[in-house]
Amino acid sequence: MENDSHVKTAPQQGTVKRKQLRQHIVEIISDSGEGAQKAGQSFGAVCAKMGNGVWTVEIIPADIQPPPRTKESASGIRIRIGSERITNAGDEADLVVAFNEIAPYSRIDQDAFKPGTIMLIEDYWAGHDSSEIRENYARAMEDFEKRGYVVHQIPMEKECLKLVPDAKKGKNMWVLGMLCFIYNRDLRFAQAQVKQAFRKKSRAVVDVNLQLLQAGYEWAVENLDLRYDIPSIETQQELVVMNGNEALGFGVLAAGIEVCSMYPITPATSASHHLAETIEKAGGLVHQAEDEIAAIGFAVGSSYAGKTAVTITSGPGIALKTEFIGLAVMAEVPLVIINVQRGGPSTGLPTKVEQGDLLALLYGQPGDTPKIVMAPSTIEECFHFVVLARQIAEAFRIPVVLLTDANLATGVQPFPRPELKKEWLSPPIDQSPWTEDLQPYAWDKETGLSKRPIPGQAGGMFTLTGLAHTEDGKVSYSPDQNQRGVAMRSRKLATFGKTLKPPQVNGDPSGDLLVIGWGSTRGAIEEAVASAREEGAKVSSLHLRFVSPFEPGLKEIFSQFKQVVAVEINYSDDPDDPMITPENRRYSQLAWVLRAQTLVDIDSFSNVHGQPLRPGHIFNMIKSRLQL
Amino acid sequence: MFGLNLDACIIDVPEKYYSVQDYEKGVARWCPGCGDHSVLSAVKRLCKEEQLIPEKTVFVSGIGCSSRFPHYMNTYGFHGLHGRAFPVASGVKFRRPDLNVFVVTGDGDCCSIGAGHWIHAIRYNINLTVLLFDNQIYGMTKKQTSPTSPMGTISNTHPEGSVLPPINPLQTTLGVSNVSFVAQTADWVPSHLYSTIKKAYEHQGFSFVKILMRCPKFMPDIAKEKVSDKDMVRLLTHENGIPLGAEAKRFTHIVEHDPSNMDHARELAASPEISYLGLFYQNKDALRYDLYGAHNINYTPEQKITAINQAMERYVI
Repeated sequence: MENDSHVKTAPQQGTVKRKQLRQHIVEIISDSGEGAQKAGQSFGAVCAKMGNGVWTVEIIPADIQPPPRTKESASGIRIRIGSERITNAGDEADLVVAFNEIAPYSRIDQDAFKPGTIMLIEDYWAGHDSSEIRENYARAMEDFEKRGYVVHQIPMEKECLKLVPDAKKGKNMWVLGMLCFIYNRDLRFAQAQVKQAFRKKSRAVVDVNLQLLQAGYEWAVENLDLRYDIPSIETQQELVVMNGNEALGFGVLAAGIEVCSMYPITPATSASHHLAETIEKAGGLVHQAEDEIAAIGFAVGSSYAGKTAVTITSGPGIALKTEFIGLAVMAEVPLVIINVQRGGPSTGLPTKVEQGDLLALLYGQPGDTPKIVMAPSTIEECFHFVVLARQIAEAFRIPVVLLTDANLATGVQPFPRPELKKEWLSPPIDQSPWTEDLQPYAWDKETGLSKRPIPGQAGGMFTLTGLAHTEDGKVSYSPDQNQRGVAMRSRKLATFGKTLKPPQVNGDPSGDLLVIGWGSTRGAIEEAVASAREEGAKVSSLHLRFVSPFEPGLKEIFSQFKQVVAVEINYSDDPDDPMITPENRRYSQLAWVLRAQTLVDIDSFSNVHGQPLRPGHIFNMIKSRLQL
Repeated sequence: MFGLNLDACIIDVPEKYYSVQDYEKGVARWCPGCGDHSVLSAVKRLCKEEQLIPEKTVFVSGIGCSSRFPHYMNTYGFHGLHGRAFPVASGVKFRRPDLNVFVVTGDGDCCSIGAGHWIHAIRYNINLTVLLFDNQIYGMTKKQTSPTSPMGTISNTHPEGSVLPPINPLQTTLGVSNVSFVAQTADWVPSHLYSTIKKAYEHQGFSFVKILMRCPKFMPDIAKEKVSDKDMVRLLTHENGIPLGAEAKRFTHIVEHDPSNMDHARELAASPEISYLGLFYQNKDALRYDLYGAHNINYTPEQKITAINQAMERYVI
């Protein structure tokens, strides 16, 4: 691998040969409150600025203030950098900076390291007053060596105390300096990031952090023999860097959505936080409702009155919103529903990744409730899909659901700054007089589409109802009328499907194995497929952006492959498990739907570990299926 | 011509005069003798008197007998989900201050399945006119105990008589922070009913009107008792209250009550036996969430794009 031998000659900046890497995974882990995330975000930004591909993901403790020096307190960040665009958090870490010896164990539990992982660990605990701490530290060092980690003990505390009275406040920027040396980062970019990170603080605070940055760098020059370089392609394009929830928030703004009606729920809430900071200045508001039901009810009311609204939630919230989703489908109210999925069922895994809500969104409401469901697969798509969702919702008079997940919510990736367009914004409410004699549900026989009267439109008065109704909006329980109404609402999906193009296969259009995915797994799947193809595997992948309706041509695409497997983060029975037979096996969610839709024998590769899928695991699956 | 500036002397003449018939739609399908018919008449009269523009008027309801109301009005209507009229109506009004929004709800809809929303809707104090049709029984689902059914009510869910004391919607409403308007009237006193709804409509905020309703089908005795017993139903009077009409003569007890006096309002509301008709409480200064909701409507596309771009600056690397 890339991180085996290190140059042992005396370090001299600029003259020593650096090891060239294609990509590296760095983690910084500390106790909650020691600023590892700030250091990591700044490091990621510096790398992005230098033209590297970057993906960062925060490691967040479940509690707000857990006791220090415990596994529960471990807080940090993973930064994956590469020469090319990075699309996922990758496999095991290559280099870890740890502020104490306990925090790494929280990551060891997650299988985040491997033999050969370089560990730069604070040595302060080795000389601590408490013999218990000293002994614990010594034991950990022994254990890390045994696990095959390459351990470097670093006097972070000692060096920082030369500049600040409390090393806890400052160690992170010293570490940033050290990393800048290790990875040959341009210090000027790091200095700019420090100024940005402390922009709300006094000049004195900025200055001391700049000194710490410099000190960390210089210490590394003198004392570390780790020198890497990750070549990059410098881009002229202006980049923004944000996580998926922030991108969703900007999507809401760029779509001109004026009402975001929400109730706090992890991991969706932060989308509304970022939105709340800006939306008022952009002519909108975040309404924090009294509960999840009220949140969507308020949004439905706003949409009905002509201001298409968004409601943002996660699994348990979706469960509560079910009845209103049904009403919005039945009464044909345009609405944008964002579900940042977490682990389920029930309260499940609030902060972890799962793609377990697909079937709930497709079929979770009583009766037939056709709706459009889209799944962004990158941070950038989180932005653009919201803009698209509002337009589709209004044009098709239908709720549009976006399924993201905790992986996209917290993953940070740079992308070209979107150039906002006026036509993305919602148009002014139509208040022109309603066409005389046009019924409120004058369904077009072919397409199921109809024009929607909005309160304020003279002559358009009707009573919206969740009861079965006719074209004129009147309640009717007639067998034929109900059949017709349900058919017309269903027809809209087929009509929308006609506007979609067949999806692009990643790789050859035929082969031995096709891997299908949706949502946040795209980066990991495509990386695994690329690695397998380099080893000669005839494997391709297909990533679905629309899951209701599907993009056309899937059956034709599947027919070109000997095997098709859906890769997703939700539950499927292992065929080798007790009691499981080919007849009773429960497949992963996308596989279920695709099997029913295409009658192709699609297999499942899935788990509910609550973690992003790793490219390495998918790569191994591909190899074993193709017996390579 | 003649030195007149014609632009300045245009008088604002309404284009159209609306009659009661202009607000009518279909034939109400409530049972004969049901109190809902009286409220429908009073509301249509209000619309005509106030010349509410039909397309600028929205009736939002939940589910139940009363919630069929929007179907009988020739305005915009939203007959939604059981218990959820308040969130919908709040969402309608939030960014549309130009719309007149009414909520029609029943005792099951408001005080049982929708009770959580009810409490918060009072606190939001959005400018909605709320009519609670309280007939103390579930009618549409055929006689089940309602949270306002008197203890001992025999129903299909409590064949031996209901076992809990009822919730008191007036007390509950008066107990919520930021409450701004609470009144009670009855379906069998048409002039008082009209005057109360009018006062509620004129109030700028969440105006809550509890209407005592007769359900001749499932609660015939209670209805008869209330209508005939002169001790059980009493009128409230005050210069700031509901004006009393000719019907006042039918009442033996007329009680003076200042609607700014919350303590007295709560005392009257707490009475277990006697129903007072009139304005219990009004506070015109209570904070209104809909004013916050409408403070930044109609931004230009340029303003929006500038604001979003400014926010995005922070994310540029």
